[in-house]
This record gives sequence, C-alpha cells and structure tokens, in this order.
Amino acid sequence: MRHLLRLFLILLLAFVVDGQSVYSQESDPVTSTADSVATEPVTPPPASAFGLAGEDMPNDNGHKLRVKWQYPAEAVGDITGFEIWRATSPTGEFRMLGQAPNDYFEYLDIGNKETPAPDFMANNSDFFYKVVAIGKNGLRTESEPGGPFRTYGQWFHRGKTPVLVGVVLFGCFTFYFIRAAKKGKELYVRPLAGIEAVDEAIGRATEMGKPTLYILGIGTASEIATIASFAILGRVAKKIAEYQTQLIVPCYDAIVMSIAQDVVRSSYLQAGRPDQYSDDMVYFVTNAQFAYVAGVNGIMMRQRPATNFYLGYFAAESLILAETGNSIGAIQIAGTDQITQIPFFVVACDYTLIGEELYAASAYLGRDPLLLGSLKAEDWGKGIVMALIVVGVVATIFGWDGFRELIRVNL
Amino acid sequence: MHETIQDSATVTLLWTTLGALLTVATFSFLYRDNPIYKVAEHLVVGVGAGYFLVLLVYTTLKPKLFDALAEGHLWYIIPGVLGVLMWLRFSRKLSWISRYSIAFYIGTSGVSIPLYMYNNVNRQVSSTLDLGMGFGSLTEVWGILIVLGTLAGLVYFFFSKAHKGAFGGFAKFGILVLMIGFGASFGYTVMARISLFVQRIAELEDWGAMLIAYFFS
Repeated sequence: MRHLLRLFLILLLAFVVDGQSVYSQESDPVTSTADSVATEPVTPPPASAFGLAGEDMPNDNGHKLRVKWQYPAEAVGDITGFEIWRATSPTGEFRMLGQAPNDYFEYLDIGNKETPAPDFMANNSDFFYKVVAIGKNGLRTESEPGGPFRTYGQWFHRGKTPVLVGVVLFGCFTFYFIRAAKKGKELYVRPLAGIEAVDEAIGRATEMGKPTLYILGIGTASEIATIASFAILGRVAKKIAEYQTQLIVPCYDAIVMSIAQDVVRSSYLQAGRPDQYSDDMVYFVTNAQFAYVAGVNGIMMRQRPATNFYLGYFAAESLILAETGNSIGAIQIAGTDQITQIPFFVVACDYTLIGEELYAASAYLGRDPLLLGSLKAEDWGKGIVMALIVVGVVATIFGWDGFRELIRVNL
Repeated sequence: MHETIQDSATVTLLWTTLGALLTVATFSFLYRDNPIYKVAEHLVVGVGAGYFLVLLVYTTLKPKLFDALAEGHLWYIIPGVLGVLMWLRFSRKLSWISRYSIAFYIGTSGVSIPLYMYNNVNRQVSSTLDLGMGFGSLTEVWGILIVLGTLAGLVYFFFSKAHKGAFGGFAKFGILVLMIGFGASFGYTVMARISLFVQRIAELEDWGAMLIAYFFS
C-alpha cells in the first residue's frame, strides 16, 4: 500500500513537471512573437492628398471635369498611387472612377451622357471628389472631399473650327453652282467609262432576251452610296422600260426596297410604260449579309442575267457576287465608295466606278442641276484641298509649323 | 449521369453535323448550281430573314419604342408614328403618306456632313502634312512621293475638266497610284479570306474527329 502511494505521488509529480515544461514550450513562441511585434517599427498610413481643385473641360457637352490635387513631395515614395472617387454631394455615396500613378496629380473624369449609366455626369451639375492615397504598406488615406466643381456644356467646339469653315465653304460653293446650273449655265462633266457602257450593257441584255440584275448593295437608304445608286437605278430602269426587257432588283433592306420600288415605278411611268411595271421586280431577300449573297447567287445561276449592276454600299460580299456574275458571262458594271471593296470589283467586273465616280455618275446621267451643282462644288473643294496641301508642304519644308496647326482639328 | 453526358454529346454531334453538311452544301456551288445548294440557300435566306425580324423586335421596337414609351418618354411617339406610316404603302390611296417617313429617314443623313468633312478632308490633309518631307533622308523623299500621289489621286477625281494633256498625264499617274493601293488591299483581304477558308476546313476536320470519337470510342 505504501509502495502504491509512493508510486502515485511520483506519477503526480512527474505529471506536474511535464505540464510545466509543455506550458513553457507553448508559451515561448508567443512570447517571442509578441517581442518581435513590439520591436518592429510601426508604419504610419500614407499622407493625405490635399488642395483638390476641379475645372470644367472646354469644348465639350458638359460631361468632363479635370480634377487636380497636391501631395507632399517627400511622401510620394511611400505610395503606389491614387484612387479617384466622385459623388454628387460631400456626404453622398462616392463611386470610384479610376486610378493614377503616384507621380501624377490630376485625373480627367469623362462621364457618361446617358442617364441610366452608373458613371452618368449631368451637364450644369455639381460634383464632389475624394482622392485616396494608397500606401506601399497597403494602408489607405482618404482626402477631404473637394468641391463643388461644376460642369458646363459649350455650344461651340472651338477645336472643330476648321470643320465648320470647310462645311460653310463647301455649302457656299454648292449653292452657287446649283443656282448657276438652274440658270442654264453649261457645267461640263467628263465622260465616265462605266456609265458610257450602261446603254450598251442594257442593249446586250435586250438582244439576248435575258434580264438585267441591279444590286443596290447592303447599305441603308441613308447611305450616300445608296442614294447615288437610286439615281442611277432610275436611269437604268427607264432605259429597260424603253427596251421592254426584264429588270430584277433583289434588296437587302426593306426601306431601300420601298424607295427602289418608287424609283422604278416612276421610271416606267416616264418611259410611257407604266403597265410593264410590277412590284415583283423589286423585292426583299433578307437582312442577313451572307444569306443575301446566297440568295442573289441563286438568282444569277437560275435566271442568268446578261447584265449585272452592283452600285451602292458593299462589304465582304462584293467579290462573291462579282465572281458569280463573271462565271455566268454577264457584263458587269460596279461602283462603290468602300475603298476596301473596289479592288474586288476591279478584278471581277468589266467597268468599275471608283469612289466618288459613283456620285458623279448619278449627276452625269441625270443632268439634274442639283446634282451637277454639287459635283462642281466638290471639284472646287478638291481644288482648295490641293492648294492647302501644296502650301502646307512648302510651309513644312521651310519649318513653318503654324500653318499645319491652322487646319488641324483638335478634338 | 452517363446517359445525360451521352445525350449532350449526341446533341452537339447533331448540330455540328448539320453545320458541316451545310458547309459542304454551300461549297458544292463551286461545282455548279445543284439541289443541295438550293436547300442550303433557301434555309439560310429563310432563317436569316426570320432571325432578323425577331432581332429587330427585341433590339429596336421593344427597348427603343415600347419600353421608352412605358417609361414616359412620350416624344418617342414621333418615330413610332413615322414607322406606322410606312405601313400605308399597302394602301393604293394612302401610299403617298409613307414618303414622309422615307424623306425624314433619308434627310437625317445630312447630320453626317460634318463627320464626313472631318474624316475625309480635315484628317486626310493633316495626316498628309504630318509626313516628314524634305530631301535629307529616304523617308523624307518618300513623304514627298506620297504627297505627289495624293495630289495626282485628287486630280483623277476632277470631273469638271477633261483628262487631256499634262492634266490627263498627272491623272494617269493618280490612277496608277490608286491601283497600287488597290493591289495591296486585294492581297491583304485575300489572305484574310484564305484564313477563313482554312478555319472552315479545320472545323470540318474536327467534325470528322468527333464522328470517329462518337462511334468508335
């Protein structure tokens, strides 16, 4: 019994000693961590930006503000950059707009013009800004809200003055030459090979007893190329009505189709053949680009037109159409103001109206004073552009850069 | 679970097969017009027209007319009425009224005149003058050549004067410059088209691999 009691006491003592050693082992790291924290230098949060100033940007519609701030030069190295926040009142909810590097002390806030957009900025409204300095240690310091800064929209963009001068000058030329044309002044337009060939092409279709296919492109009715094409369509349709041959005009756009129907109908009327006109000549195919191409290619392969016209706005479908037309042996006259598509028409068509020739063609065919006057005004405009380039080149060579700045548009 | 995966693979295979068959049907046009091409053509024209009708309703009519009116923007009624007037084309007596809508639609293209002036005149002139020009280096001589080419191109597009004599010669130089530009553009675009063709062939190849994987693995 005594042995047992002694053994129990020894075990109890051992347990207590062991427990003390475990406790001391566990507490050591805690003590050391606490010591290390206590000895590390505490990094303060970065200095705050101050002196916030906002200025309305000129030549805009009241949706831009430039925000500037100051920052202590000696503290710039402690931060990685700034965040810029905006609100409509100093106590309102601020929204982060963007960031600026640590050596940049201004930010151009370009707001959205649309009301539902989250970064909407109203014209003639006050805004408040905060700049948050972001320390290299991850700490951030907000500045005091700055403001109110007001946005002002301007009616006139001074940087666009050269555009205004160009438009006014061109407008004056146009009015002058239209008036001159209406008074009966003879305005010369040089012959265009593609347009000279129109009669020949329609005559060929008549002789072969095959239809003529006229494609207005895939532009909308407000595209300038499509408008020019309507004028040419009128002339082509009139000639076709006179020759009593068949015309096919598959359309890509429903409104273009409506206008084309009116144009063709009035051409048939002018030719004294209103009975020959049918709405089925001008019809809608589809509004999907390559589906339209597939449809028109099918028409070409099945109806075998002798003459194809591609006049208007064209995109990637130009080569596919022109190649198919070429494969069926049709005489092809094309024209577009899309520079990237002209090469395809040049290689696959018999005649191509390049760019502005398409607009000139409508004036040449119609001899309408409005169109002739506009064409003459364009020529004068080109003359002025050429003169500007020549003077500009001479000025550049002699180091007078002021001339270039005179005609430069600053957006 | 296994059945669901199998179903999903079957559906993917069916759609891919449809796409591949339509591709082959379209390519068959290169041989000649044939019934298979006609099926593909009518399918794509029909689907295209139907798809755009639905797209028009959900991207234009609903958000830009019905929703706007519901939100109280009553002036949206004006384009709405102009749109409705277009339907009068179906009436023999009142079809002339639809021309007001068309006139409004085409008339708004005048809004783009300043943009045209900026893009086609101001920017072009500024960019031409920004070229380094002179006789000090080859780059500067190229600058002068580019300016000469630009002037010659403009002369080509002069319609009020016959292209005869020195004027005609300069215009010929202009069309030569244009053709060099068109040639470069042609080659560049053809390369892009070839890459599209290669992509389509690669998709056919993937379809073949998919068929083998589905039936033999």
